[in-house]
Amino acid sequence: MSAIKVENLCCTYSPKTPFERHAVKNVSFEIKKGDFVGLIGHTGSGKSTLVQMLNGLIKPTSGDVYIDDVNLWENPKEIREFRFKVGLVFQYPEYQLFEETVYKDIAFGPSNMGLSEEEIRERVFRAAKFVGLDYKLLNKSPFDLSGGEKRRAAIAGVIAMDPQVLILDEPTAGLDPVGRNVLLSQISQYQKSRNNTVILVSHSMEDVARVTNKVMVMNKGELKMFDDTKKVFSNARELTQMGLRVPQITKVVESLRSRGVNLPDDILTVDRAVYEITELLKKEGKL
Amino acid sequence: MRDIAFGQYYPSNSILHRLDPRSKILLLVAFIVLVFCTVNYVSLALVVFSVFAVVLLSKVPLRLYFKSLKMIVVIVLITSALNLFYGTGEPVFEWGIIKITLAGINNAIFIAVRILSLILISSTLTFTTSPNDLTDALERLMKPLSIFKVKVHEIAMMMTIALRFVPLLLEETDKIMAAQKARGADMESGSLVQRIKALIPVLIPLFVSAFRRAYELAVAMECRCYQGGEGRTRMKILKMKAKDYVSIFVVIILIVGVVLCNVYLPQTVR
Repeated sequence: MSAIKVENLCCTYSPKTPFERHAVKNVSFEIKKGDFVGLIGHTGSGKSTLVQMLNGLIKPTSGDVYIDDVNLWENPKEIREFRFKVGLVFQYPEYQLFEETVYKDIAFGPSNMGLSEEEIRERVFRAAKFVGLDYKLLNKSPFDLSGGEKRRAAIAGVIAMDPQVLILDEPTAGLDPVGRNVLLSQISQYQKSRNNTVILVSHSMEDVARVTNKVMVMNKGELKMFDDTKKVFSNARELTQMGLRVPQITKVVESLRSRGVNLPDDILTVDRAVYEITELLKKEGKL
Repeated sequence: MRDIAFGQYYPSNSILHRLDPRSKILLLVAFIVLVFCTVNYVSLALVVFSVFAVVLLSKVPLRLYFKSLKMIVVIVLITSALNLFYGTGEPVFEWGIIKITLAGINNAIFIAVRILSLILISSTLTFTTSPNDLTDALERLMKPLSIFKVKVHEIAMMMTIALRFVPLLLEETDKIMAAQKARGADMESGSLVQRIKALIPVLIPLFVSAFRRAYELAVAMECRCYQGGEGRTRMKILKMKAKDYVSIFVVIILIVGVVLCNVYLPQTVR
């Protein structure tokens, strides 16, 4: 069963005016349940428009979106239900915090769903745990938190809706390296423990290579590639032409291979590279 | 949210775009006074005709003018409807307590045409003048006030910043609304009270970010040693050219025309 199916999706801004712009052109794909998909593309390639069409914030000019084989726009009045099914975390989500306490802010989504007080409580605590937010912070004002904590609280606000598909638009932008790594691992753990579908929009190839199993590449509104992460990153030249690149370590390994070092061609993370190189050295008796 | 047409600059290269912003502001003031000086249909027609001429000269798509008129059409209808019933003299139509007189009808037509021309002519100014030029010109025009210790430069600076922030805040509003909708906020349905309540999740982040932006801007300005108008030179120095004098001359002829119509033809409205 596919979690998301998209057919011939198009989105045109200001149609029939001189400012007409095709943000997304004829995109079709299918994402299976439990996939962790990375979405990469140059600025202005239509990534943000695409993800906003997946939860019905933007109505496509033409084409269809299916969530769990149900057409999103079949019944426009029920569109809100799909926003609970497809949770979207925007870029810099900390700017959407508004409640008096962190608890209330995380509870905003679940209470919009009309859940019972107990159910909301349980979900808030569960979401806070998933993003690694200290329970002590729940009674504080969201405006008193640090930048990283605000980001976590905002992400928890979407996770608390328990969406079947979670979409994160640049969740690590503007965080320090440690914060990035921790947040990324938490998202990865969340995805594994719930076997949910997660889409990660990112400009960091390293991040995408580390956590995803599939990658979509957008360029000028078109879907250029959609394949296993390893296969996508083996097309270094095409990616460069689109203003993207492969992870740095993949480049390093590639140049080692071209110098005759016998390493596999699908290394995407530093950890894996370290492992493979030490194995190689051991085999050659140099370590 | 971004459909608000009133007060938007439309870049083009018409004669109006190239006029000195100072003369445009002065001519606008003259026009506004003129619109309210008309007392009979001939002078009103004269003003309306020149408003149309100005609108056509601006080379701004008429669609934009319609958009800015659309916003005030309700106000126009209400004011002219009210004026309809406040006429003195012989009633031409009577139904219960409702009496409509010829003077009332005239009043209603005049007020509607006056407001519409007012909006058209002031939209022309904002369509054809970039916000920067506009505040620049205002600063120059208000210069004489500095003898009364009015901080002209500071006022102009605040206006520039305010104008610059309008599109930014609109964009921000769009973003925050989308983010809250993604969390299931319902802003399109429900009673009036519910809808107002639904705005809180948008307004609070908006205020917070407006203050944050203001603070950041203040810091950035201080970092560049900004210290107000004294001793500051300009990159673009405003200069009146031949076309400015010509346009002022044309408007003076128009004023004379309206005055003559008012004096020598019978008054329709007071």
